[in-house]
Amino acid sequence: MNKLKKKINLAKKKWEEFVDNREPIIYVGAASCGRAAGALDLLSDINRFIEESKVKAKVVEVGCIGPCYLEPLIDVKMPGEPRVSYNNVTAKTLQNILKAHFQEGIPFARAAIGHFGSDSYHGIPRFYDLPMLKPQVRIVLRNCGLINPEDIDQYLAVDGYQGLMKALQMSPDDVIGVVRQAGLRGRGGAGFPTFKKWTVCRNAPGEQKYLICNADEGDPGAFMNRSLIESDPHAVLEGMLIAAYAIGASKGIIYIRAEYPLAIERLKTAIAQMREYGLLGTKILGSNFSFDIKIKEGAGAFVCGEETALIGSIEGKRGMPKSRPPFPAISGLHGCPTIINNVESLGTLPNILRNGAEWYTKYGKEGNRGTKTFSLVGKIRRPGLIEVQLGTPLREIIFDIGGGVQKTFKAIQTGGPSGGCLSEEFLDLPVDYESLASVGSIMGSGGLIVMDEDTCIVDVAKYFLDFTQKESCGKCVPCRVGTRHMVELLDKITHGEGTPDDLLSLRTLGDTIKKGALCGLGQTAPNPVLTTLRYFRNEYLEHIKDQRCRATVCKDLIEYRVIKEKCTGCQSCVRVCPTGAITGPRSEPHNLDVTKCIKCRSCYEICRFDAIAGDAIVIRTAEKKS
Amino acid sequence: MPEPIRTILEKHSREPDELIPILQDVQKEYGYISAESVKGISKYLRISENTIYGVSSFYAQFRFTEPGRHSVKVCLGTACHVRGGATLLEMLERGLGVHCGETTEDKRFGLERVACLGCCALSPVVQIDKEIFSRMTVNRLTEQLKEYE
Ligand SMILES: Cc1cc2nc3c(=O)[nH]c(=O)nc-3n(C[C@H](O)[C@H](O)[C@H](O)COP(=O)(O)O)c2cc1C
Ligand code: SF4
Ligand code: SF4
Ligand code: FES
Ligand code: FES
Repeated sequence: MNKLKKKINLAKKKWEEFVDNREPIIYVGAASCGRAAGALDLLSDINRFIEESKVKAKVVEVGCIGPCYLEPLIDVKMPGEPRVSYNNVTAKTLQNILKAHFQEGIPFARAAIGHFGSDSYHGIPRFYDLPMLKPQVRIVLRNCGLINPEDIDQYLAVDGYQGLMKALQMSPDDVIGVVRQAGLRGRGGAGFPTFKKWTVCRNAPGEQKYLICNADEGDPGAFMNRSLIESDPHAVLEGMLIAAYAIGASKGIIYIRAEYPLAIERLKTAIAQMREYGLLGTKILGSNFSFDIKIKEGAGAFVCGEETALIGSIEGKRGMPKSRPPFPAISGLHGCPTIINNVESLGTLPNILRNGAEWYTKYGKEGNRGTKTFSLVGKIRRPGLIEVQLGTPLREIIFDIGGGVQKTFKAIQTGGPSGGCLSEEFLDLPVDYESLASVGSIMGSGGLIVMDEDTCIVDVAKYFLDFTQKESCGKCVPCRVGTRHMVELLDKITHGEGTPDDLLSLRTLGDTIKKGALCGLGQTAPNPVLTTLRYFRNEYLEHIKDQRCRATVCKDLIEYRVIKEKCTGCQSCVRVCPTGAITGPRSEPHNLDVTKCIKCRSCYEICRFDAIAGDAIVIRTAEKKS
Repeated sequence: MPEPIRTILEKHSREPDELIPILQDVQKEYGYISAESVKGISKYLRISENTIYGVSSFYAQFRFTEPGRHSVKVCLGTACHVRGGATLLEMLERGLGVHCGETTEDKRFGLERVACLGCCALSPVVQIDKEIFSRMTVNRLTEQLKEYE
């Protein structure tokens, strides 16, 4: 441990020099979102600028700070000045930003979104005072976007691995006691008390025990775990060490989706650094605790997020769930006691150990302690990654943090394909495990999808069922056959061919699947349909009785038309139409051939944004068939 | 046995746990799992070819036909779905004249769907080869595809 303490002192000194920078620092948000938004192009522009104008500056790639909709994000920190953050940076604004800082010695305030100093600065607001950031409590995400995820020294300097050191000075049972007192519940979905699983595993007989980090993140439309690993991999790895010490595991595996190549890279780098610092291997930090970690890439099966299927997949088999008991905590990987914990559960542990259980229980509420991260996406103004205390009302998340909905709010889906779709009347519902369950949804791993009037509820329900049906492993008949029936019924309804009886069948099927399925996939698969049937029944009925899709999504029920009186013949739609369905000479009203139209919405979108033509193209919901 | 597959095999121990990692390495190298590769793996791990096909067909990741020169993956995760991902896929199917999961006749593009690339905040998202394009529209996608040979 002394060796590490020396390294920490060095790291702290390095960090202080880094923070009291004598050289300018340019931070580039280079997590997956940032890269998708073009961060890497900006990075090479920055390097070119540095070279050509012969200035001195350090360029650091950081992870996701949360407001992904602002990507690409570039920050500049000049010596003695606060770090200034710029959003949606283009190649052109980048030049202005760099010129302002490096040639004029002032920030390019017009394009800045926030600064990280304490006082007011050139009229730029403080970053953490931004409406998206202010209501948040950042515990798991505390380092994301702030430190260099590829530099273990930066993690050490911000008190990294202090939680582990505290843990190693306690007995494993005491570590479990702290986690119990903190009230931590699993963040992977079910919210099972972490200490309970651990105790079972700790007491289970067996020489060899395993700890598995579940980084499969199967909920399509959620990226909390990806972001945390990309932005602060050591937090998750430190959590793994703490968990392994507590349960007595000497081998660890990270099971991670292959769709996350950057996260995998960052883990590999971090693991190599841990080895170098004596944080992996035998007798870690001079204790009697030995541990090593291997990475296994998933192969694209949602069901492998389920514990027994995941274990099967690691063993090289088809990832099919097994009936429990025996629970993995007693007989898991290769028949050995195994604990599977989610990335975020593990990432929370260092904070709990470092600051103590009492500190953690200040956040959240009785029975739902601490914070939870969410990926807030869909039809929301400020999509991104957020962290709030458990018990925060949905309204605060959607409107205060997310900035509200682009058009009119319709629904929010929590818990992904296993969760439910909640309507406006639930906006004041506190987000905690029990409240969500009481209205037929679940917390899940943290995906929040916001929908507005342009989202068709029946289409969304069909989407989720189609997903789970395709991902069903096929072992149980209710799940395999039942979900297929449900998809067929929903399909019928979206084509305007449904009958009121279908709604009854959907409910009955849903209840049957929930009761008869072996694993969580089947047991929760009907939730999106059951909740929408309950809270959005009218929309189903409109599809059935009036053949009407009010969101104009269900293609069989809509038609595109040109309003001749409004069309100026600007030809924008002609250019975007992929099938040549729209014709007409310039400056004269156009024709739209419905037999050629594939209803791709391109003309509608472009026309609406064209000030001259405005609204000349409309989507009509089909007239009632009698 | 062709050289690359031997090099791949030798990086792994002969335990059944290694089957999926080997398949993944083979696919990374060749772009797909050929019948010949399956034979090689079967001998190396002493697992029947049937078992290997059984396991590999369970997972969406593995493909058994030669891929196109460029892979186009349309995200159909929830965030991308509510923002028009399905329309992008339909457009591509029409434009390229193939169904999802197929390769164009000239082997230029292979079209696939994916369940989420983790960039949901910037949806809809399309991945071409290794690059991820965010906030995609039908028109930008059509333009972008022109850049690939
Ligand atoms: C179909 C299915 C998919 C799941 N997918 C995930 C996942 O992607 N990530 C995850 O952490 N847990 C997932 N879970 C839950 C895990 O099985 C497990 O409960 C969790 O990883 C335990 O960790 P925790 O106690 O730290 O939450 C899934 C469960 C089911 C039934
Ligand atoms: S419920 Fe569905 S996914 Fe789960 S074991 Fe049964 S068939 Fe497989
Ligand atoms: S909806 Fe698409 S296919 Fe139909 S007319 Fe408009 S652009 Fe053309
Ligand atoms: S990826 Fe950069 S803020 Fe989310
Ligand atoms: S849903 Fe498309 S990137 Fe996540």
